[in-house]
Amino acid sequence: MALAIFVLVLLIGYELLHGSRLSLHQFGWRFLITRDWDVLNEKLGALTFIYGTLVTSAIALLIAVPISVGTAIYLTEVAPLRLRQPLVMFVELLAAIPSVVLGLWGLFVLVPFMRDHVDPSLEKLLGFLPLFKGPIYGIGFLSAGVILAIMIVPIITSVSREILRSVPGLQREAAYALGATRWEVTRIAVLSYAKKGLFGAVILGLGRALGETMAATMVIGNIPNISASLFAPGYTMASVLANEFTEAVSGLYLSALFEVGLALLGVTLVVNAFAQLLLKTFAGPTIKPQH
Amino acid sequence: MKQLMLSLLGGAALLAAQTGANAQTLINGAGSTFDYPAFAKWFAAYAKVDPGVQFNYQSIGSGGGQHLLLNRTVDFGASDAYMTDQAMAGAPGKILHVPVVCGGVAIAYNLPGVPHLKLDGRTLANIFLGKITKWNDPAIAGQNPGVQLPAMPIIPVHRTEGSGTTWIFTGYLSSISPEWKSQVGHSVSVNWPSGVGLGAKGSEGVAGQVRQLPGAICYVELAYAIQTHMSYAAMKNAAGRYTLPTLEAVSAALSTAHVPPDFRFEFPNPPGPKVYPICGVSWVLVYQHPDDAKRAKGLVKFLRWAVTDGQKITPSLDYAPLPPNVQKQILAELDTITY
Repeated sequence: MALAIFVLVLLIGYELLHGSRLSLHQFGWRFLITRDWDVLNEKLGALTFIYGTLVTSAIALLIAVPISVGTAIYLTEVAPLRLRQPLVMFVELLAAIPSVVLGLWGLFVLVPFMRDHVDPSLEKLLGFLPLFKGPIYGIGFLSAGVILAIMIVPIITSVSREILRSVPGLQREAAYALGATRWEVTRIAVLSYAKKGLFGAVILGLGRALGETMAATMVIGNIPNISASLFAPGYTMASVLANEFTEAVSGLYLSALFEVGLALLGVTLVVNAFAQLLLKTFAGPTIKPQH
Repeated sequence: MKQLMLSLLGGAALLAAQTGANAQTLINGAGSTFDYPAFAKWFAAYAKVDPGVQFNYQSIGSGGGQHLLLNRTVDFGASDAYMTDQAMAGAPGKILHVPVVCGGVAIAYNLPGVPHLKLDGRTLANIFLGKITKWNDPAIAGQNPGVQLPAMPIIPVHRTEGSGTTWIFTGYLSSISPEWKSQVGHSVSVNWPSGVGLGAKGSEGVAGQVRQLPGAICYVELAYAIQTHMSYAAMKNAAGRYTLPTLEAVSAALSTAHVPPDFRFEFPNPPGPKVYPICGVSWVLVYQHPDDAKRAKGLVKFLRWAVTDGQKITPSLDYAPLPPNVQKQILAELDTITY
C-alpha cells in the first residue's frame, strides 16, 4: 500500500514534468524566481504564486495552530465529559463544509468585515509595520489566510485530539502523583509526550492550506503581486491553475501552468522535508510508552 | 490533465448520447460563456422546430471551445474572439466563423450614491492602467458635473482567464489609447498592469467582486450587469455623445461594421451619434467539411434557424439582433458547408 502511494506521487510528478517540458526548456530554473506573468508576450514566472501560497499558508498556520491545539487540549483534558461529544461533532461539521461555500461566505461576509473592522484596527495598532500598511480592499493575503485558517482548524483539531487521547493514562496519573497541577500535568505529561504527533497534525493542516484552491481564489484578489502589505491582493499557485487552466490555448502558456503545478508539488515536498528536519532537530526523542 | 478533461467531457457526451433516444441526433458544442444564455434559450425553442436533434453545450470559455474544436472533440465551438490564421493553421480542416449574437460590454461599477456616471475611453484606459486612482479625480469629475464623487480609491476588476469579453474590452481601449495598445495589448488574456486592481474568474466572478466592493469597477457582458442590478456607465462614443449599452445603441454599432466575407471582424469605437462604443459579436465555429454527415446536417439546419428566427428571441436576453443583410450573408456561407 505504502509503495502504491509512492508510485502515485512519482506518476503525478512525471505527468507534471512531461506537461511542463516546453516551459522548462524555455525558462529553465529562472521560472521559479521570475516575477512576470505576461501571457501575451509569453514571459512567465511563478515567483508571485509561490510567494502567495507561502504567505497565506503561514498566516493560516499562525492563526490555526494555537486555536486547534488549544481546542484539542480543552476537549481531551478540560471539558466536562458530556460536553465533549457535541463539541467534537461541531468541529467535524466545520470540516465538512465544502470549500466553495466557505469561499462564498468569505467573499460576502468575511471580506466586508475585514475591510470595515479588522483591517482598519490592525492598521491603527500595528500600522508602523510594513505588514499592515497600504490601501485596504478587504480582499487580499490576510483574508485568504483567515479563510485557510478556518479550513484547517478542524483537521488539526481532530488529529490533535486523537493524539492527545492516545497519551497513556499512566502518564497523567504519574504526574498527578508527583503533585502536579492540572496545567502542569497537561504541559509536562501530555504535551511533551505528544509533541511529535501534534507536529504531524500541523503538517497535515499545512498540506491542506498549501493546496487549497476555491476558497482562497475567491478572496485573494487573483493578481500576480508581491507586496509586504498583508492587505494587498495576490495570487496562489492553486488559484492560478484553477483560474487559467481551462482557457490556456497556447502551448507554452499551458506548459507554464503545468510547471506551476510541478512547483506546487515541489513546494509541498520541500516544506514537508523541512518540517521533518525541524522535528528531528528540536523535538528530541519521544518518551516510549510504558507497558 | 488535458486528456483527463477531454475524456471526461467525451464520457459525459457518450452517456448523454446513450440516454437520448436512439432516433435523436446529439450535437456537441463547447465554448464561450458570453453566448451561453442565448444557446440555452435557443436549444429549448428549437426542440419544437426540430425534435430530432438534441444539443449538449459546455460553456467552458472561448479558449477551451477553440481547443476542443481543433481536436474535433465537439461538433461546434463558440468564441467571442475570432481565431487567428495562426490558430487555425493546425486545424484538420477549414473552419468557418458564423456570427450568432451581438452584445455590448457594460462598464459596471459600485459607487454608493452615484447611480449615473459618464466616462470616456481615455479615462477608462487610465483607470485600468492605474493612472487614475481616486473617484474624485478631475478627469472623472469634469465629465460628471453636479455628481458628488467620493474620494474613494478606484479598484478595477478584470477577468483572470482568457475571455472574449476581455478581447472586446481591450480592443476598444487599444483603439483609443496608444499607451494601452503598447503596454497591455488586445487579446483574450492580456498583460494587466501589475499592482492595479483585482482579478476574478468568469463574468459572474467579476460581477460578484464588484457588488461587494465599494469603489470597484469592471467590464462585463451587459446581461450580467442587468441581472445583478449593478449601475453601469454611459460611455462617450466617437461622435462625442454619452450612450448606454441599450439594444438600440448596440444595434446601431453593429450596423456600422464592415462585415468581411470570412466574418472575422470587430468594430471598436464605431462612428455615429447613437452607437455604444464597446460592442462585439460572438461566433459559432464549424468545419466546412464536417466528418459526420448526420450531425452536420442537423447543425447546419439549427444554425440557419438561429441566425434568422432565433434572432427574434435574443433581444429578450439583451443581445442585438443581426441585421437582415448580415443574416443573408451568413446563410450563403452556411450553404458552402458540405457533408
